[in-house]
Amino acid sequence: MSNNRSTIPIGPYHPLQEEPEFWKLIVEGEKVVDVDVRIGYNHRGIEKISESKSFDQSLFLVERICGICSSSHPIACAQAIEDITGTEVPERALYIRTISQELERLHSHMLWVGLAGHFLGYNTVFMWGWKYREPICDIMETVTGNRQNYAMHKVGGVRRDIEKEHIPYILTRLDEFLKHLDMLKGAVLDDPVLHARLKGVGVLTKEAALDYSALGPTARASDVNIDVRRDHPYGVYDRLKWNVITQKEGDVFAKAVVRILEMYESASIIRQCLDKMPDGPIDSKPKDISQGEGIGVIEAPRGECFHYIKCDGTNSPVRHKIRAPTYMNFPTFRETVIGETVSDATIIMAAIDPCYCCTERMTVVDHKDKELLKAQDLIRLSQEKTRKIKEELGAR
Amino acid sequence: MTIDGILKSINDRFGGRVLKTEKKSSRRAYLDIHPKDIVDMARYVFKDLGLRFNIASAVNDFDRIEILYHFSYDQSGVIISLRAMLSDKDNPRIDTITHVTKAAWWIEREIHELFGVVFDGNEDLRRLLLPDDWPEGVYPMKKSFVVPKRDSRKS
Repeated sequence: MSNNRSTIPIGPYHPLQEEPEFWKLIVEGEKVVDVDVRIGYNHRGIEKISESKSFDQSLFLVERICGICSSSHPIACAQAIEDITGTEVPERALYIRTISQELERLHSHMLWVGLAGHFLGYNTVFMWGWKYREPICDIMETVTGNRQNYAMHKVGGVRRDIEKEHIPYILTRLDEFLKHLDMLKGAVLDDPVLHARLKGVGVLTKEAALDYSALGPTARASDVNIDVRRDHPYGVYDRLKWNVITQKEGDVFAKAVVRILEMYESASIIRQCLDKMPDGPIDSKPKDISQGEGIGVIEAPRGECFHYIKCDGTNSPVRHKIRAPTYMNFPTFRETVIGETVSDATIIMAAIDPCYCCTERMTVVDHKDKELLKAQDLIRLSQEKTRKIKEELGAR
Repeated sequence: MTIDGILKSINDRFGGRVLKTEKKSSRRAYLDIHPKDIVDMARYVFKDLGLRFNIASAVNDFDRIEILYHFSYDQSGVIISLRAMLSDKDNPRIDTITHVTKAAWWIEREIHELFGVVFDGNEDLRRLLLPDDWPEGVYPMKKSFVVPKRDSRKS
């Protein structure tokens, strides 16, 4: 090993997003030559706990896996149980599930756009992203009663109905959101600085995306045309008109494009649902649980969320396997980060929209363990690079 | 390709090596296979038929360990699960499929530390989720592992 190599330990508190994990970037000068990651700092043993819960309780448990995906996990889990028992879900409940799924995608993507803006030194985008996400959280509160952790879903249906008198309010707030989204789309996708900063950076090739079985927007930005909503139809997605957004480039910019354009599709899906939703029950009596196994898959904001449940006929599972999308998207960092510069590593790591937390603690040390840079410095590096490009392009 | 088409291709290719085929519904099927066939079958399913690797689920029921490899065919919404029952209870092992798909990299590490399964040929079975000071040879997802009771009066 040459002496030019330095190790940059990042974490266990991640500099960018929620939830801790530990990155080790091996760098030569500015260039990242190797990278490794250690997760598990937030391992709560949910799969083990689920084995001691009843099937009704397990939905509340899986809702707490993630604050953002607290609609995706319960639906996937309920679908796995419905797969075992053969429970039919009433039509109206399927529409409500679809609506809550899309609302979740909207606020999750919006949150990502805001964070990405911050890392690049576009704090206005950060403020916009988070501010204009509020109408969605308000709609969520109207529909489910909560802004986060909705407790909305159950085996065989949903817990709360959407009242007719709430629909005009939902549509008004959605219009408000779309107006802001138009502005944000222009600000992000037409900005020459962002083009210079993000295009060709952190490219995930189609071959690598397939080999790593990448999911969701990460895969779709690399021209892998998969979407659980279309491929493994659930809810009422097969009865609506919408498009799967793909991009060919596989770089960070393509991932941003996919997410921003997907928000328009989500809004359209919600409108169609509110328009077509039939009257009727929202809940069916689940059949008795029998011996067997079931699989539930849904498209969470970050990709396919997978639940496998094996039951021996008692009221709690023998095995409950949960695979969140980031688990598959994460290992692609080996393809995307190596060969890039340290100042780009930040945004590349954020590009898969990994699910983790805002606490910051990171240090750059050289091979003699001497501290060189701290967390703030890395974000500063990233923001400085954007500023430099701005100056070169003659932008403000 | 429908679910029947996929099952037929696998059965044609591997003949008697598929021990049992269970078509649970028009979108789900479970195939029992011998552990020594996993690499061949995973390669055929992943590379030749072009299915996507969802994940692998290890299940510890009574004292047996079985691993289900879930593959999904997105063109027709089918999920095929290959089930390998590991015969040696005390020393469960199976060949790695990380040479077939890099997507199996993390899950093999996870099953190794949580269930004690050894993946032959996988050089990288370092810990992924458990802390460094977790005792060797204690596998928390096995049924024999009892979660220690927390004494609320302490601390």
